Amino acid sequence: MTESGTMSESTSIVIVGGGHAAAQLCAGLLAAGRAIGVHLVCEETELPYQRPPLSKAFLKQPQEALQHHRPESWFADAGITVHRADPAVAIDRLGKSVRLRSGKQLRYDRLVLATGARARRLPHLPDGLQNVAVLRSAADAVRLRELLAHVGHLTVVGGGFIGLEVAASALALGRRVDVLESAPRLLMRSVSLEVGDHVLQAHRANGMVVRVGVAVGAFRIGADRLQTLTVDGVETPVDLLVLGIGAVPEHALASAAGLQCDNGIVVDEFMQTSDPAILAIGDCTNFPEPTTAHRLRLESVQNANDQAKVAAATLCGAPQPYRAVPWFWSEQGSLRLQMAGLGSHDATRFRRKGSSDGSFSILHYVAGRLASVESVNAPLDHMAARKLLETRRNVAPEIACDSSMPLKAHV
Amino acid sequence: MPDVVFELPDDREQRVSGRAGESVMQIATAAGITGIVAECGGSAMCATCHVYVDPQWLERLSTPLANELEMLECTAAERLPNSRLSCQIKLTAELDGIAVRIPDRQQ
Repeated sequence: MTESGTMSESTSIVIVGGGHAAAQLCAGLLAAGRAIGVHLVCEETELPYQRPPLSKAFLKQPQEALQHHRPESWFADAGITVHRADPAVAIDRLGKSVRLRSGKQLRYDRLVLATGARARRLPHLPDGLQNVAVLRSAADAVRLRELLAHVGHLTVVGGGFIGLEVAASALALGRRVDVLESAPRLLMRSVSLEVGDHVLQAHRANGMVVRVGVAVGAFRIGADRLQTLTVDGVETPVDLLVLGIGAVPEHALASAAGLQCDNGIVVDEFMQTSDPAILAIGDCTNFPEPTTAHRLRLESVQNANDQAKVAAATLCGAPQPYRAVPWFWSEQGSLRLQMAGLGSHDATRFRRKGSSDGSFSILHYVAGRLASVESVNAPLDHMAARKLLETRRNVAPEIACDSSMPLKAHV
Repeated sequence: MPDVVFELPDDREQRVSGRAGESVMQIATAAGITGIVAECGGSAMCATCHVYVDPQWLERLSTPLANELEMLECTAAERLPNSRLSCQIKLTAELDGIAVRIPDRQQ
């Protein structure tokens, strides 16, 4: 137990959540020599695994296995006790303990919430229909892979990253695919007009039906299945429907415990919640973005990993504020989208040609400074952009967009 | 069950059995080899699963695709002629015993 409120070797740490953030925190604590006695509380049956392949290789190849971050023996050797399929159901902040569904009580000195996000549902569509799927977890992916094997046609509601990745995978499997997006363009919340348009044209050229600006209305349900949905007033039959309409932060546990929540669990730059004994990391957090000081919630592997590193430092008594440059990616068929930095509505955009057809980057400048870069099939420019943004080195747009010079030359 | 021999930055060797079809990255992470970060989970997006392939095995590998070549220009440790991303090396029976060295850093 702690003696004076500072971390001692025997401080007990409980981590709630089994995603990328939780896995990275375990690795960080092990590297710092603080993993012994840690408890990891997972809702899922699986040990933490890689989520990005779930919408791609995992869906496309029936024999593709889950990729666990670390094997069971690694956790055991590290001294980490993993509670699987046993979610936390309540936090007792006064008694400093977490209760699991099985009834187990875990005492903590420091608690870390890495509860992630869950797929958003349509309010008028009931849960439990046999031909309606979402994609967040391994169990979702196993189910969707099985469903896809038995249909000829897929309808995807939502033209965001997950929806389009699933759509591209289904197309590669030879399915006919319709994507329905209510916004006037694809990926509207995530990328610029130029990139969104390019993605739209590329998918259409591959034979995907992509409709933007459509109203998805009434559902007809029968025999535990969604039979039809109404698109722009026209009743349309449904073989299989995937909902890709975003995710909502999983903060029920935190809210019930009285922690400050507002579109996620509110944390400071050290990942501390409104209770000094409790931290939160990953998709579930609402954190101060370092360059603008605006509050932000991000769903990405990078954010999960980097916040976990910050939390590890905080727990080890050597706090380092969160300063990472956000980056994320999406793979949709032959499209590789890589984004570095955060887009902004008041940015001025410049285009940099890539090394081949269909390869380019869009550079965003805010008040004359490079703020973010979106790359389409231009991984080298993406990596250079990350370096430029990390070092806060500014390159004038006309120089950065001169494709006779590699962007890397300015790093 | 083809084996992969990992030469760790501290010069220790670790021999791990994998299955044909798995990538060298997958075998490394499943064995708990922490010198392979593999932040992107095997999509050739992050260059944090960089390895140096023992030159005698190098020519038995299929040539890297354009994506991998571009990402190899962005490795944290020095890129050498035998640099590869381990997520792009799929194990086959012919590669049984392949030796790869793990660089001292990935980020």
